[in-house]
Amino acid sequence: MAWRDSRRNRSRLLLFISSIILGIAALVAIYSLGDNLNSNIDQQAATLLGADLALTGNQESKGDTRTLLDSISALALQSSEERSFASMVYFVNSDDSRLAQVKALSGTYPYYGSLETMPVAAGQTFRNHQQALVDHTLMLQYGAEVGDSIKIGDVTFVIAGALEKAPGQNGLTSTVAPAVYIPMQYLQQTGLMQKGSRIAYRYYFQMPEKINSDLMVASLEKRLELADLDYKTIQTQKEDTGRSFRDLTRFLGLIGFVALLLGCIGVASAIHIYIKEKLRSIAILRCLGVKPREAFLIYLIQILLIGILGSMAGALLGTIIQQFLPLIIIDILPFELETSLSWLSISQGIIVGSIISLLFALPPLLSIRSISPLNVLRQVDKADSGFRDPLLWIVYLLILIFVYGFSFYQMKNWITALTFTVSVAGSFLFLYGIAISLMWAVRRYFPSSWGYLPRQGLANLFRPNNQTAILIVSIGLATSLMATLFLVQNILMARVQLSTRPDQPNIVLFDIQTEQKEGILSLAAKNNIPVNQSVPIVNMRLEEINGKDASHYQADTIHRRVGRLFGREYRVTFRDSLTSSESILDGEWKGKYDPTSDLVPISVEKGFADRGKMALGDTLTFNVQGTLMQTRITSLRDVNWAEVQTNFLVLFPTGVLEDAPQFHVVLTHVPNAEMSARFQQEIVEAYPNVSVIDLALIIKVLDEIFTKIGFVIRFMAGFSILTGIIVLIASVLISKYQRLQESVLLRTLGASRKQILTITALEYVFLGGLASLTGIVISTLASWALARFSFDAPFTLPIWPLLGIALLVTVLTVVIGLANSRGILSRSPLEVLRRDA
Amino acid sequence: MSAILNLKNVGKSYKSGNSTLSVLQDINFEVHPGSTLSIVGPSGSGKTTLLGLCAGLDRASTGQVTLHGTQLNGLSEDALAALRNQYIGFIFQNFQLLPTLTALENVMVPMELRGEKNIKARSIELLDKVGLADRSHHYPTQLSGGEQQRVSLARAFSNRPSILFADEPTGNLDAETSEKVVKLLFELNREAGTTLVLVTHDPELAAKTQRIISIKGGKLVSDVLQ
Repeated sequence: MAWRDSRRNRSRLLLFISSIILGIAALVAIYSLGDNLNSNIDQQAATLLGADLALTGNQESKGDTRTLLDSISALALQSSEERSFASMVYFVNSDDSRLAQVKALSGTYPYYGSLETMPVAAGQTFRNHQQALVDHTLMLQYGAEVGDSIKIGDVTFVIAGALEKAPGQNGLTSTVAPAVYIPMQYLQQTGLMQKGSRIAYRYYFQMPEKINSDLMVASLEKRLELADLDYKTIQTQKEDTGRSFRDLTRFLGLIGFVALLLGCIGVASAIHIYIKEKLRSIAILRCLGVKPREAFLIYLIQILLIGILGSMAGALLGTIIQQFLPLIIIDILPFELETSLSWLSISQGIIVGSIISLLFALPPLLSIRSISPLNVLRQVDKADSGFRDPLLWIVYLLILIFVYGFSFYQMKNWITALTFTVSVAGSFLFLYGIAISLMWAVRRYFPSSWGYLPRQGLANLFRPNNQTAILIVSIGLATSLMATLFLVQNILMARVQLSTRPDQPNIVLFDIQTEQKEGILSLAAKNNIPVNQSVPIVNMRLEEINGKDASHYQADTIHRRVGRLFGREYRVTFRDSLTSSESILDGEWKGKYDPTSDLVPISVEKGFADRGKMALGDTLTFNVQGTLMQTRITSLRDVNWAEVQTNFLVLFPTGVLEDAPQFHVVLTHVPNAEMSARFQQEIVEAYPNVSVIDLALIIKVLDEIFTKIGFVIRFMAGFSILTGIIVLIASVLISKYQRLQESVLLRTLGASRKQILTITALEYVFLGGLASLTGIVISTLASWALARFSFDAPFTLPIWPLLGIALLVTVLTVVIGLANSRGILSRSPLEVLRRDA
Repeated sequence: MSAILNLKNVGKSYKSGNSTLSVLQDINFEVHPGSTLSIVGPSGSGKTTLLGLCAGLDRASTGQVTLHGTQLNGLSEDALAALRNQYIGFIFQNFQLLPTLTALENVMVPMELRGEKNIKARSIELLDKVGLADRSHHYPTQLSGGEQQRVSLARAFSNRPSILFADEPTGNLDAETSEKVVKLLFELNREAGTTLVLVTHDPELAAKTQRIISIKGGKLVSDVLQ
């Protein structure tokens, strides 16, 4: 019976269910991607690290640390060392310079995989000559070719090859910090290894097969901790990489799930109308003796079968899409990704799709049980299941449990899953609420003086069985995803672009030695470049908090996180006043040290104090390059990190650190790109150790990153947009007969073709307009909240681009609406009017 | 006096696969302004098809329909629509109100389509005449069948038509409501001096018109003046 009853409606049922196809496709594609990532990481973990064991520290190895490294080397088959630091690289031919990540390498690292270069041999040959490997995008950027020269510090290197790939490098890291490899033996000559330079020291080992690196580092954990060395083995690399990509695929999976939920709401809405239209057939069946339960089963079976078919189609589509997903994330992948069929993901997709389409279809289906046979004689029921039906509430509960279960399965954390479930339910209700309010407001305040055509176009949105609210929600959600992405990008770019204002610094010079400071200031003065700030920086380490050292905190399971504050080096400044980005939250700021008082009064950033469980009056002992210094926290500060200037966690008063070894940071503002290039050039030539951060370059880099990440998000938002389009097409087709009837009636009453087309177009203008407006309202609220609470940045509303997005969405809606309404005008009025008689 | 509606050798046939189905054959009659006329006949006799041809809702396969001095056969869809808007009023068995508009707005539609201004007062007046002034802001779903047909009556007269076509105007109403609607229809018609052409099964309703045309098997079988 279910099969026979569906005979005339199969294509329509398929259309309903097609709105979940994309959601399932998204899920299957992303699950498959996750599966493929995992298996690829397993296969390629060794080449990701390039060695069996990698140790990293931030100071030169001496004493015990050296002994430890030597003892590991003695066990290893091979070992290599790397010093990595930021430095200016000067391209001799193009007379340009750019900040890059310089890596001085000794030994034959990597042991697994290779430094992929063009020409291929360069990855090996550069090690024995005064040659360098330069990131290929950097070479492209500066028009450099193999054989050209670059200058790093005091040494000129010949470019041996373009670096295509190195262990752990991906497209994004090469944008942020392009790498330049040089042989270790030339490092000293560069003159860049000065005190204060921030250098990462890495040691790579290839271990013999009989030694398990994980067991070895486990036994050495205490010594590594004392030596302040972090370790990575192939296994930990596998876990780290796997974790970060798992986070990515989970995030993308959740966006896909939102698209699926959106589709499901579309399905529920379409089935609701389908059942209303089937009222008479159901009533006839009931008259002929079919029990309510049997009538319910007839339609349940139809929907279940169609749900399974839809999910299978979605799984097929997802499998096709996943072949292209690696292309989208290629820039953030540190390895080659080979795709293969993931049967697990396909079956997961089909099961999830079947269950969820059934669950969402159940509320309208349940109403079948209450349809009276009396409807055959006259309409008494409206096929609405009352909210008093306990089964309906059970279904709603099941939906919530399913959403929760799914998100728990994705996130493996019950609180996050609960937050996601509540947020999704809340967001949909919020969207729905906004859609309903907007519809109400437009209807209530629509100017009655407007012409008939716009009024009729608007009135059409409120026709019986309309799906206006669900369409506004789905199209609105897609719009809000696009608009939020745009607004966030705008907020962040605006923050960086502040630096283009004349009063804001746009060039930062760092690693300036004390004896170089005057020279740099006079160089700036000679070029008429104002110096906004010159800040002394002293490196120090935290030894004790309230007389307790790192070992105390590391032994204490509750305060273990505090222990992490000890390992690192702090860059601290001293001055007698606060800057515009600082304000005292608690205590009293003391700008000058009074030698008669016992301890040095310092000011600590509030967040840092919270992380270290520190309070006013606590004592901190710092090791200032060999000298222990006792301090007391006398004030807590709020720091606006967004402001372009040097900001510090710990601030000393004047009169303490003046004689300590220090380096300087200078912030300047250069008025244009030409002068900026010339000034940077002069600095690099005169002071090769000094690094220059050009904020214009940062803006460019940020822009590139946004383009790359934005593409991934836009791709996922695309699923929501397409789902919205399918819900729109389904809804236009569902209401096609009704709209046909309305149009024919208007033609009978004398409306011209143009008038009817205008009414139809205006209906979709209002629909698209309301939907995009809903999306923009939501994205504005979300972006404002992000700007206010997350980025701590001023929020401005770029009206024109947002209107552009709204216009685009509206035009798309009108085109789809009109394309699906074609044929209405060619129908004979009499034919339609009779059909209804 | 010249006829407002004139049918000459009118026929209508439909293609069904390879065969042609003839629904109306060789119909000839004319209707004078201000007169009332019923078209009666059994189900499937072609009554509604004939009404559709007279009102320019469909095109005749053969012959000529002339309405208000204009031959309908050669007109485009838009010209037919303009003609209907100017000279014709309609009443349907199933009321055919726009569900998205209120009673008042439904009455205003024909006038708005031709861009008339200040039409609200006239629409309210018409609704008042059919006894629904107090329900002018209700939507069709909020009205009973009889009320919907009364709104449809008000709409039919809103553009001051020269001729009114009614297709089974009481077909969906109970006896009591039918009586009220019919009374209103004839009153309004008399007041406006409109020509009335109605299709009905109901001999009592047909008897209220001045002339009855009977159709059977697509042919005109009698034309009786009462």
